Amino acid sequence: MSAGTYTPRPGAAPLPRMIAAQTALETRMLLRNGEQLLLTVIIPTLLLVLFSAVDIVDTGSGASVDFLAPGILALAVMSTAFTGQAIATGFERRYGVLKRLGASPLPRWALMAAKTLSVLVTEVLQVLLLTAIAFALGWSPQGNPLSVLLLLVLGTAAFSGLGLLMAGTLKAEATLAAANLVFLLLLVGGGVIVPLDKFPDAVQSVLGLLPISALSEGLRDVLQHGASMPWAQAGILAVWAVLGLGAAAKFFRWE
Amino acid sequence: MENEPVVQVKGLVKRYGTKTAVDGLDLVVASGAVTAVLGPNGAGKTTTVETCEGYRRPDAGTVRVLGLDPVADAERLRPRIGVMLQSGGVYSGARADEMLRHMAKLHAHPLDVDVLIERLGLGSCGRTTYRRLSGGQQQRLALALAVVGRPELVFLDEPTAGLDPQARRSTWDLVRELRADGVSVVLTTHFMDEAEALADDVAIIDAGRVIAQGSPEQLCRGGAENTLRFTGRTGLDLGSLVKALPDGSEAAEPVPGTYRITGTVDPQLLATVTSWCAQHGVMPEGISVERHTLEDVFLELTGKELRA
Repeated sequence: MSAGTYTPRPGAAPLPRMIAAQTALETRMLLRNGEQLLLTVIIPTLLLVLFSAVDIVDTGSGASVDFLAPGILALAVMSTAFTGQAIATGFERRYGVLKRLGASPLPRWALMAAKTLSVLVTEVLQVLLLTAIAFALGWSPQGNPLSVLLLLVLGTAAFSGLGLLMAGTLKAEATLAAANLVFLLLLVGGGVIVPLDKFPDAVQSVLGLLPISALSEGLRDVLQHGASMPWAQAGILAVWAVLGLGAAAKFFRWE
Repeated sequence: MENEPVVQVKGLVKRYGTKTAVDGLDLVVASGAVTAVLGPNGAGKTTTVETCEGYRRPDAGTVRVLGLDPVADAERLRPRIGVMLQSGGVYSGARADEMLRHMAKLHAHPLDVDVLIERLGLGSCGRTTYRRLSGGQQQRLALALAVVGRPELVFLDEPTAGLDPQARRSTWDLVRELRADGVSVVLTTHFMDEAEALADDVAIIDAGRVIAQGSPEQLCRGGAENTLRFTGRTGLDLGSLVKALPDGSEAAEPVPGTYRITGTVDPQLLATVTSWCAQHGVMPEGISVERHTLEDVFLELTGKELRA
């Protein structure tokens, strides 16, 4: 290298460029990771196809896919915003990635903004894929797309808060185990593929307060039953979002 | 250059629980120079550097880096410094060039990434992801990440730990090139030869304090006095040995079985030592004549081995 190569010329890139670069990198890391793809793409797709094609669970009257598609969309949001984000961020913390980026020109809030954008980009890809498959399986959705969008955004906020809380407080290995376990439990008990009314009444009312149930039932009210806006479920998600993001902001440790 | 110091640390105290990692440390780092923070593991090197980088909030004392408070003025300071962590810092699924290009994008006027990859021999990493790189490749990538943004000041935390001799030389060359182009460098190390070879200024720290600071030559007192070293069985009678030597010579056994004689080391003195050994039935091994090293300075100041 010639003399003068390293002559100081410091400076941060413009914020939009930094956030765009960080979002692109985070999304690439996620799409490159086999375990993440299993959670976010393969499992929701398999469940949608399998349970629509074979009558494993009694999903009530009408086509199975009309019941399943909203639940699977809720599952997709949870897999990306909660499970995937918790595991990825937990390991980034463990391997000093968050620490190293903390010494870069990228402000911390901008890093979190990029993570959120990356989650949203992934969710758009998931929704496109799962919607296409559901239509192929004969899905006939009802309702207002804006209500669906609001529920998806609230669900993303609720699950992101909980995922970041876990990633920022537990050890990476504990996050990995806990996030997968929670994914499995909520998949079964959160109205995703098994209707909540299959559970005893007392259990049902508790399960109904979970963010996954609020999201899957809310989406079902709109997409299957044509409801305008399920405010109760939206409220439950908003409370989870405030609690989760608030706790994450308070307890998140960068190292 | 009559520039302001790039780092000014006064009375820094940092505790972790009941353990005091840094205990009233003062440090001034000159602009445009290579400054080595030298000390054994656990001396407080990393804590000091990480406080300068804004990772740690001082429990007491003040820290100014490029005239800024590393915590309060973090957003203004970070674009101007380059940081090499002791380990990690890269997405396990990212490729070396990918991470380097990303870090370049976060800066306004980064170095040419391809040239830097070539310079640090990272081109052979190809499509290998970070977790599969060798330790040396990971170290070189961390170094590249520290300099790609064309910082005024870089902090390198043990930049050559675990490197083979060739990679170590290459890192040293890069540090020299940085200095030649006007970049200030602070590096921590527990290799005294590294400090001697690279640094304009050395701060020796032990138990959380700077116990000596100066150029390697100053610290070694100009090298007027020489040192003769040899090893033999432990517990030789040093009093008897000193009596045989010319006035002004000293003998010590800093480490059991290792002997150091300081004074005017000439052929006569060497002959005196070997004949004394012959009289006492001692086979002196590894006889060497050296000038005073930082290792000796450190031993004298702390009574400890640097790499212990």
